[in-house]
Amino acid sequence: MPRIYLDYNATCPIRPEVIEIVRETMTNHGNASSIHADGRQARKIVEDARAAVGGMVGASAKQVIFTSGASESNNTILRGFSDHRVLISAIEHPSVYFCGRNVELIPVHSNGLINLEKLEELLQKSDQPTLVSVMMANNETGVIQPIKEVTKLAKSCNATVHTDAVQAAGRFEVDFKDLDIDFMSLSAHKMGGPQGVGALIMRQGVNPPKFMYGGGQERRQRAGTENVSGIAGFGVAADLAVKDMEDFKALKTLREKMESHMRASSNRVTIYGIDAPRVSNTIACTVKDMDSAVFMMNLDLEGVSISTGAACSSGQIKPSRVLMAMGVPEELAKTGLRISMGWDTKEVEIDRFLEIWTKLIQRLD
Amino acid sequence: MTTEINSLGFAKAPKDTRVVVAMSGGVDSSVTAALLHEEGYDVIGVTLQLYDYGAAIERKGACCAGQDIYDAKRVAEELGFPHYVLDYEDNFKDSVIDDFVETYLQGQTPIPCVKCNQTVKFRDLLKVAKDLNADCMATGHYIQRVVNEKTGQSELHRAIDPTKDQSYFLFATTQEQLDFLRFPLGGWTKDITREHALRFGLVNADKPDSQDICFVPNGDYASVVKKIRPDAENSGNIVHIDGRVVGQHNGIIHYTIGQRKGLGIGGGVSEDNSPFYVIAINADENKVIVGPKEALACDTVYLDQANWLGNDNRENLKVSVKLRSVMRPVEATLYKESDTSGRLVLDSPQYGIAAGQAAVIYDNNRVLGGGWIKHARNKVLKDAA
Repeated sequence: MPRIYLDYNATCPIRPEVIEIVRETMTNHGNASSIHADGRQARKIVEDARAAVGGMVGASAKQVIFTSGASESNNTILRGFSDHRVLISAIEHPSVYFCGRNVELIPVHSNGLINLEKLEELLQKSDQPTLVSVMMANNETGVIQPIKEVTKLAKSCNATVHTDAVQAAGRFEVDFKDLDIDFMSLSAHKMGGPQGVGALIMRQGVNPPKFMYGGGQERRQRAGTENVSGIAGFGVAADLAVKDMEDFKALKTLREKMESHMRASSNRVTIYGIDAPRVSNTIACTVKDMDSAVFMMNLDLEGVSISTGAACSSGQIKPSRVLMAMGVPEELAKTGLRISMGWDTKEVEIDRFLEIWTKLIQRLD
Repeated sequence: MTTEINSLGFAKAPKDTRVVVAMSGGVDSSVTAALLHEEGYDVIGVTLQLYDYGAAIERKGACCAGQDIYDAKRVAEELGFPHYVLDYEDNFKDSVIDDFVETYLQGQTPIPCVKCNQTVKFRDLLKVAKDLNADCMATGHYIQRVVNEKTGQSELHRAIDPTKDQSYFLFATTQEQLDFLRFPLGGWTKDITREHALRFGLVNADKPDSQDICFVPNGDYASVVKKIRPDAENSGNIVHIDGRVVGQHNGIIHYTIGQRKGLGIGGGVSEDNSPFYVIAINADENKVIVGPKEALACDTVYLDQANWLGNDNRENLKVSVKLRSVMRPVEATLYKESDTSGRLVLDSPQYGIAAGQAAVIYDNNRVLGGGWIKHARNKVLKDAA
């Protein structure tokens, strides 16, 4: 039986069109910085992708810098503004959360939405130069943050604003200009592109801080030979995400089906962020008194890939920091599970998943 | 057609038999997993993260997983069976490390490996194995599980290789746990295991055997105790059994019953210049009590938290017993006093029996269980009194 992959927020299956363009561009050689014909050919590939990635979030090509991924993009900003006072939400991804210095946390409500009153208080507490970094959509809960409101508050205090839009871009409309933010981090592999490619989008006319030194690539903003085939794949993935955005939004129907089934399967199941706007593909839940590691292992052995609330890179499980920030007690936060769908998810897979889910919930009761 | 009994004792094909292998990352458990996988079993490897490796080796930023977890993962990946890491830091702290520290503070000498087998491995991990619908759980321990053909009962027997036998550390295995456990290496010598490790091309084939307590770097247990209980190093008197104060100690945690070296009081205090040994540790009065070797002799050992294996419930049973991990078994009579306590009367007195250690009881090669040494009766002291 083929495996059922429900961990798109960790990484997505790569789109066949992306695999094709990566294969094709890999057969051509050329350093995008070289002046000869091979180099120029590589340069064109990079610049086409730049336009596509910018276009996905309503930015122009010249606002886009390619990086090795969103962790690098986030590090670039958080490290670069280390002389600033830094306000981040309590539910940021580790590449923001554990990266900044002088960091103060903006709390979130129990539904996962950022507490704007607290943000305002924090902003007014000091007139030091300030960076505000709030993710656009949370990786565990899918809750979509009111970035426009965040920016309004921040701008009234002359703060710089960064958003990690990894779980948002290509999944719903994102308009960089309309949001009035300064920096945005993107990742290719959360939308069907290759791993190891990301981007940093910057406000027109603003240069981001330098993170990588030693070469003049990316308009002197980011040293290192461009990952031409990876960037090409990112461009195609961005185009496809925009083209198929309605399909992605329609995953909401499957999500609702899953959630009602999961709730009915046991009164121990709680789903989070339900009264907040959420990305259509994500379910964060806890199963009271369940050993989430054992549950996840059982699902894996049955051929289903989901993730526990927050797995460290070594594979061990800690209580979900995100759920705890939402006020979930530690014991319950240890039972967190995340299910996330994407472009290749089919209803038959969901039906099969729900069968397995119900069987396991009953067996492990 | 009747289905043959497979090597793990189940009347079904290996591929339909699920076995969870507790993998430490060492050679023994890796070979165990590799062998079972080779035989076609539905093998699931599980490795426990027991403590913060970075803190243990006193190097910052060593990340969450140590080399052992990495090795176990690599073995599973190479051979192609699922492998998981479970975070058992809390369980390990509660069940093993805290007890280790507390035992030292009581002036006793703990054996954390027994506690770990008893709790984290054979209680907690075994439950995980059952929750994974496994038929059994296998480990790389050198010990044998023998099913008695007459009674049908599974019995615990010493390993074939006496230099590797781990029965001392497994006496607390209950009958119920034993029924679910398998020890494929118990019939082998270590040489054979290493040969198989090479045959499988395991990444850790030439890894040396672990000698120390896993969470104690360089054998320096006192620093572990001090880290958790900074007040553990209370200096006090070293007192001769005749009542004379003969020196100062720098904390009872540094002393073990039977210890001769490192007392810091030389040998010249007694009339005949014979060396002093630690005879007793009095935690309440923070005293280390020393005396001549004869004062160490004990012939009666009181056990609690006992685990009795086997059905022989005679009141007095002729057995052989080990009172330390490295000693030849000696003859004794066991008086079971309850399901969890008993008394051993040794045929001839033994020296250096330390509370906190285990007394493990054998009938020839069979392990009949054992108990924790609560105290031992000291003949010389008693006769002198």
